[in-house]
Amino acid sequence: MSTPDWAALRADFPTLHQDVNGKALVYLDSAATAQKPRVVLDALQDFYLNHNANVHRGLHALSMRATDSYEAARLRTAKFVGAADPAEIVFTRGTTESINLVASSWGAANLKKGDVVLITEMEHHSNLVPWQQIALRTGATLRYVPVVGSDAELGLDLDALDRLLTPEVKLFAFGHGSNTLGIVNDAADLCARARKVGAITVVDAAQTIGHQPVDVRAIGCDFLAFSGHKMAGPTGIGGLYGRKALLDAMPPYQLGGGMISVVDFFETKFKPSPERFEAGTPNVADAVALVAAMDYLDAVGREAIAAHDRELAAYAATALAELPGIRILGPRPGQPRAGLVSFALKDAHAHDVVTFADQDGIALRGGHHCNQPLMKKLGLPSSTRASFYLYNTREEVDRLIVSLRRIVKFFSGV
Amino acid sequence: MSDLTDLYQQVILDHNRRPRNRGKLPTANRVAHGDNPTCGDQCSVYIRLEGDRIAEIGFDGSGCAISQASASLMTTQLKGKTAAEAQALFDNFHHIVTTGEAPEEISDVAAFAGVHSFPARIKCATLGWHAALNALKSEPTDASTE
Repeated sequence: MSTPDWAALRADFPTLHQDVNGKALVYLDSAATAQKPRVVLDALQDFYLNHNANVHRGLHALSMRATDSYEAARLRTAKFVGAADPAEIVFTRGTTESINLVASSWGAANLKKGDVVLITEMEHHSNLVPWQQIALRTGATLRYVPVVGSDAELGLDLDALDRLLTPEVKLFAFGHGSNTLGIVNDAADLCARARKVGAITVVDAAQTIGHQPVDVRAIGCDFLAFSGHKMAGPTGIGGLYGRKALLDAMPPYQLGGGMISVVDFFETKFKPSPERFEAGTPNVADAVALVAAMDYLDAVGREAIAAHDRELAAYAATALAELPGIRILGPRPGQPRAGLVSFALKDAHAHDVVTFADQDGIALRGGHHCNQPLMKKLGLPSSTRASFYLYNTREEVDRLIVSLRRIVKFFSGV
Repeated sequence: MSDLTDLYQQVILDHNRRPRNRGKLPTANRVAHGDNPTCGDQCSVYIRLEGDRIAEIGFDGSGCAISQASASLMTTQLKGKTAAEAQALFDNFHHIVTTGEAPEEISDVAAFAGVHSFPARIKCATLGWHAALNALKSEPTDASTE
């Protein structure tokens, strides 16, 4: 495989080429949402300009075209995540809705008092709050696999995981990649451990889906949730992979048109999955544009993207470690890390850091990163995060470091 | 960087580094907590009301330089004031941070005029004030249980 021409790829992303506060934009917030290549924007526009119609039941030309495109998007998505059957892909608004679907549908139907739902301390709120709330509703017990290390640098405590995986555990949900720590969990290993006690596994792949190969059969999970907008696709579209037998046994999540086979005044028969879980007019245009994003990422190569992101994050972590009073979360500098770095500065609060960096044209994220319990455990009110994608460069990391040096100087007063 | 020096004036940096009246007030009889769910900033304000005047006031919490400096400066302003006077001082402060119009008389609160150029930070500047006004409206607490 030849190395991609990263500089040429950068030209594919129109949003990147602008000035912010008088400086060339340095976009280091792709873990929140990725920028979109022109092919994705073109696909979106092409659908609305040339093919727009509602899907299913349509007998006219545009409707048939739209239906074909939508189902082709399902097939392409199945291939992208390694699912054997396109009927195992449910389109949703994104990771959050996918997880809510499993919690509300599978959780409400299967969980009861005495059962345990197991998640981890590094979960994003989207893979924490739905489980917490369904546990409260069903009387199930929620337990957490701890993270290890004063800066969570050692990741999940696998010994604790094995102790926690008792026969009462009905479901184990975990993030494939942490959005704060720069840690990617060995999803196949975690699922294998959970399977020994018969637990259903749910993988939150929001942070990995666009950054490395993700294959549900290699992972061996029961469910996998992901968002389009973090993988260079549009907002408002994402997916849930679910094993067919599980999906077909689950009650509907939302009710209405599109998901029924027969409706009588007092009873309704529902379609099998995936349609059962797609009530109402689906997000056809964004599903079609998501295909363009998947094609784009596969043309670049997801292995190559992973290597690029990791190299930049490692470069950044090493340079950041030189700053006085810095605390880097997740793997120690020099250790392997996924494509992001979160850090806290002794003298400057994350929001002040983000405001300063923004004046230098640098987009960072500061706050609790939707990881409030984890931040509390680490004793931090907030941290600042720089996250990288295929369009970022070493020069941008260098600009970040220059900006941060000035911030540290300003706030420490030395 | 001129906008930023407007935002982070010496007064603000000073209050951030050496906050005044920081810490829980054991004798407080009015307490309120404020937080900023989007960014996680937190501020608790402790007031000992004597008659209708603020005899003592303290704050603690965590947050950015703007929120911490604002809360610190606020405590120096509110000591000895009535609830109505506190409200008037807040109205004045709110006007400064939302319009950038500094008062004519020389005052430390004028340092916060730069905040108005950073709309996302106005809520940081007013966090402590909201907690203080809520504390003044709150039911009396039994200081001895604190």
